[in-house]
Amino acid sequence: MMISQFFVLSQRGDNIVFRDYRTEVPKGSTETFFRKVKFWKEDGNAEAPPIFNVDGVNYFHVKVVGLYFVATTRVNVSPSLVLELLQRIARVIKDYLGVLNEDSFRKNFVLVYELLDEVIDFGYVQTTSTEVLKSYVFNEPILIAPARLQPIDPAAIFNQGAKRMPGTAVTKSVVANDPSGRRREEIFVDIIEKISVTFSSSGYILTSEIDGTIQMKSYLSGNPEIRIALNEDLNIGRGGRSVYDYRSSSGSGVILDDCNFHESVRLDSFDSDRTLSLVPPDGEFPVMNYRMTQEFKPPFHVNTLIEEAGRLKAEVIIKIRAEFPSDIIANTIAVQMPLPNYTSRASFELEPGATGQKTDFKETSKMLEWSLKKIVGGAEHTLRAKLTFSQEFHGNLTKEAGPVSMTFTIPMYNVSKLQQVKYLQIAKKSSSYNPYRWVRYVTQANSYVARI
Amino acid sequence: MPPPAASARYPSPSQPSGKSEVTDLKSQLRQLAGSRAPGVDDSKRDLFKKVISYMTIGIDVSSVFGEMVMCSATSDIVLKKMCYLYVGNYAKGNPDLSLLTINFLQRDCKDEDPMIRGLALRSLCSLRVPNLVEYLLGPLGSGLKDNNSYVRTIAVTGVLKLYHISASTCIDAEFPATLKSLMLHDSDAQVVANCLAALQEIWSLEASHSEEACREKESLLSKPLIYYFLNRIKEFNEWAQCLILELAVKYVPSDSNDIFDIMNLLEDRLQHANGAVVLATVKVFLQLTLSMTDVHQQVYERIKSPLLTLVSSGSPEQSYAILSHLHLLVVRAPFIFASDYKHFYCQYNEPSYVKKLKLEMLTAIANESNTYEIVTELCEYAANVDIEIARESIRAVGKIALQQYDVNAIVDRLLQFLEMEKDYVTAETLVLVKDLLRKHPQWSHDCISVVGGISSKNIQEPKAKAALIWMLGEYAQDMSDAPYILENLIENWEEEHSAEVRLHLLTAAMKCFFKRAPETQKALGIALAAGIADFHQDVHDRALFYYRVLQYDVHVAERVVSPPQQAVSAFADTQSSEIKDRIFDEFNSLSVIYQKPSYMFTDKEHRGPFEFSDELGNIPITPEASSEIVPAQQYEANDKDLLLSTDEKDDNKGLSSNNGSAYTAPYESSNISSQMQELAISGPAASATTTQSSFDFDDLLGLGLSTASVPTPSPPLLKLNPRASLDPRAFQQKWRQLPISSTQEYSVNPQGIAALTVPQSLIKHMQSHSIHCIASGGQSPNFKFFFFAQKEAEPSDYLTECIINSSSAKAQIKVKADEQSTSQAFATVFETALSKFGMP
Repeated sequence: MMISQFFVLSQRGDNIVFRDYRTEVPKGSTETFFRKVKFWKEDGNAEAPPIFNVDGVNYFHVKVVGLYFVATTRVNVSPSLVLELLQRIARVIKDYLGVLNEDSFRKNFVLVYELLDEVIDFGYVQTTSTEVLKSYVFNEPILIAPARLQPIDPAAIFNQGAKRMPGTAVTKSVVANDPSGRRREEIFVDIIEKISVTFSSSGYILTSEIDGTIQMKSYLSGNPEIRIALNEDLNIGRGGRSVYDYRSSSGSGVILDDCNFHESVRLDSFDSDRTLSLVPPDGEFPVMNYRMTQEFKPPFHVNTLIEEAGRLKAEVIIKIRAEFPSDIIANTIAVQMPLPNYTSRASFELEPGATGQKTDFKETSKMLEWSLKKIVGGAEHTLRAKLTFSQEFHGNLTKEAGPVSMTFTIPMYNVSKLQQVKYLQIAKKSSSYNPYRWVRYVTQANSYVARI
Repeated sequence: MPPPAASARYPSPSQPSGKSEVTDLKSQLRQLAGSRAPGVDDSKRDLFKKVISYMTIGIDVSSVFGEMVMCSATSDIVLKKMCYLYVGNYAKGNPDLSLLTINFLQRDCKDEDPMIRGLALRSLCSLRVPNLVEYLLGPLGSGLKDNNSYVRTIAVTGVLKLYHISASTCIDAEFPATLKSLMLHDSDAQVVANCLAALQEIWSLEASHSEEACREKESLLSKPLIYYFLNRIKEFNEWAQCLILELAVKYVPSDSNDIFDIMNLLEDRLQHANGAVVLATVKVFLQLTLSMTDVHQQVYERIKSPLLTLVSSGSPEQSYAILSHLHLLVVRAPFIFASDYKHFYCQYNEPSYVKKLKLEMLTAIANESNTYEIVTELCEYAANVDIEIARESIRAVGKIALQQYDVNAIVDRLLQFLEMEKDYVTAETLVLVKDLLRKHPQWSHDCISVVGGISSKNIQEPKAKAALIWMLGEYAQDMSDAPYILENLIENWEEEHSAEVRLHLLTAAMKCFFKRAPETQKALGIALAAGIADFHQDVHDRALFYYRVLQYDVHVAERVVSPPQQAVSAFADTQSSEIKDRIFDEFNSLSVIYQKPSYMFTDKEHRGPFEFSDELGNIPITPEASSEIVPAQQYEANDKDLLLSTDEKDDNKGLSSNNGSAYTAPYESSNISSQMQELAISGPAASATTTQSSFDFDDLLGLGLSTASVPTPSPPLLKLNPRASLDPRAFQQKWRQLPISSTQEYSVNPQGIAALTVPQSLIKHMQSHSIHCIASGGQSPNFKFFFFAQKEAEPSDYLTECIINSSSAKAQIKVKADEQSTSQAFATVFETALSKFGMP
């Protein structure tokens, strides 16, 4: 149950923050940890698992924005507890600093130590609620140069979309005041759906899953109660049926396989009218996580062809078609495909007039890379690549290359057919009180793979 | 906070080297100390920050100690906090400064601002200066009584800190008693939670030398206290909830209503977004229902969905922790997850540590209904860019092939791998084909024709090479080139670096010689000569042995080196079921991640603040059997869960509405559960534990001699109680506590094997001999039963694990007994009863 030390290391292994709560772990644990992670070679894994044991000391780490958040202990603790805690510490610090990176850490380390002292005492977690911590923590954050921040208007950030994960779009500290000296009353609700799809070589969907989160960040004063209404035809659980039995679920309604809720959420009326009520604590938190395997229309159709084109030569054609309405625009699309390892050269041919597209062949990893700034709904794009091989190939080319994988972000679009948040009601008496409410949707690829 | 020294070793030009800056700071601080000018606090803050940043990067700023303390006579809480941080760092190493610090902190403990009282008390208790502990008593005592809850939470943890500095001071001041009363009466949830944490730690440590502490520790598990916590669990924050759930796991419920009450209370905790809360709840559910087969299975069905949601909603690290626990559950009860196999497909961007777990899970849940899909998916991974994962995938296909009975399609897939012509794929596949042939010699024809086509030049990895050579020797008569390929390899003896390969070459040459003497004679001669001259001891010895045995008699040599092939019925499991059970008991801990019980990676004092089963450390460590193959009688049934009987149960019974369903008593309450309360657990034979290691060692060697080595007088006739009863929980507990007193292997007569098609018949049969079944499972050809019997008119139990393999017609029996002296007699009774099974 208790941890011994907590520290944060930079990518180069520098100590950014270090706190020893129980002095049971010998000195040098930061170096031991970093060496182990950097040169991990055990049991054939290329990367260190998040938990390992060196000389009786257990090291836990999570990577957040390129930094290592690490805890050590000698006790046989609950691994989920420690990893969850590390993630939560990162979130609390981000709530305070607005932006989480090495620079903001270094500028605010006194504040960070102050936070750490209240979060953990003698190795036992006290609280990780930004709300509660506010009454114990007094240092004010030094926000990093405003010039480097995105414009404050969140909608603007969102429309830019490309640069940031929507979940981290809000970069305002929960405690700092605006330069203008007044706090803007606003609340953000992001519905983020990460989709995983695997297509078979013949184009069938082998597996598909949506992992969704309704994320909230509130800057409302006075902690008013909030009600969120979801689709009325929402069902949870598939009873005794097999999760992958699509036919039985293609009827009406949205079926979640399962979901879980933040502890502040009250579900009193959830069964009757699908509303969640909560008093949002300060800071960013997931209101609800859900998972569905109900069939959905994949946003992109991928078609790949690899063909022999003479001795030591082959041609690859990748076609992607956007299967969503034309008023929706996907951005930061990246397509990757491993090529046969005897490929020595690849020359690319884009469609005439293509803009915002880039192609590359990574010599060492034999990876074909194709990136597109944006794709408008309904559009189709094609890439042709001519490959040169360094040796003659035998057997089946399709076994030597692929699969094709894609990453993308589609703002204001949800594949799950949930117009999830039907309304967002803020209970406050005054009629003049009308805070900004930002409800935003986004679909992202988690694992989007087409086999060839 | 010991300042990390790492960055100090590489001073960057922008960092001050030390001395002059520190002197400078000192004089600036001194100037500010007495000042009351407006805005002075802001300047102090800047200076303090500088001091602390120097401290963090490893510059010694202890010389400004006095100035820091002087400057801290202020009501500015930010300044106070920085000062505490500073003094906490330097007081420890400097006794002169500590006294000064203590005075200063003691004063602040009486401040009117509760925040300052709390912070000062925390700093005071964190100083850890043993000879100054008496200064802590006053502030701690008043801290515990403070009217502000923030101060009280800190004071409670302060008591624990004091205990670690000086246990006797803490106990003598009767702080634990104060904490106990606070735990029961304080209105603040965090104060209560900290009391619980502190008391658990203190009493666990005290328990080793104080009976009273032992009792106090046990009292934490009393029914009223458990319900006191569980009823108000939602008042606690998520971390404290975990603490309470960990406590509830240790609680022994009084009856089944008790169990259902607790489960209904905690049901909604499974929907928590915090994985730690969910896993802790899962552990409570699993432990509570261990003795209720139906409900236990219902729990598996219930927890599946929440765990899968957690796997996909968290960061990769969190997913990994959850997935490791799912892995454990999947391996214990594969059939429950058989239809969920698609959740364990690898995603291309997952870290390899996640993929590896998933591959193992897919291997575990493969059965008749899903093997085709799983193997098809695994074959896709064989072409993976990540070579290590590609290898693992091929191994997984092979493992599935070895555990299935219809391997037809899989053999085809394996042979297709060989056509991919990738070195590592070929290498892995060869090793698998070899193992497969050892289990299913009937496939030799198909395999050999493909393997024969592989050029030995393309195979470099020793394991693969050894596998190929083994096949060349074993199937020399079916591979026309065998002698010539072997000859080629033998001619390159000098270049062969792996001793393993050279050993296999010797044996293969011998086997080939027995089958095709004229073609092999020359090569064998060269091999023996090279082998005898080999610098490697084993190679040398084996060559010499072959040489001599050939000299002695060629026919004897053939019988020794190349006896008729015998199919290996099962490959050894790497972990014994005892170890797996122990890991299961330590659910929601690192044991699950490392796949080892805690005694293998932690020293005793750190095994957990609330470890009850101290005696578990005596269990012998089973060496990992690696990939070695051991004869069939060593088979450890890797079957369903100990108490998850699979006998014709309607899987969907009561499961149709998973969500929010209340737990109810099992439908058919067997005589076992109805008698549950009647039985008290009789004392374990603790003294016998020490003998266990030697018994297990014998067992390990497969000698089965342990009973023979204990001279027993001819056993008196044993009378068993025909109406014996034992509740499953007590059974489990005993099974873990008692040493194995006898291990035996019997042949089962053919009539018995025939009757075993209905496993229930054996249960009935044994019952007619007063031996009662408590759990059974498995499917053809491996069945596993747990039996118990009781001595007539005496509360002395005999527990038996019986594994029957119907294809080899062998029964493997492990007996554990309360009374060592009569265990042999019982084993005889058991054998007699078993031998009559199937007889008219």
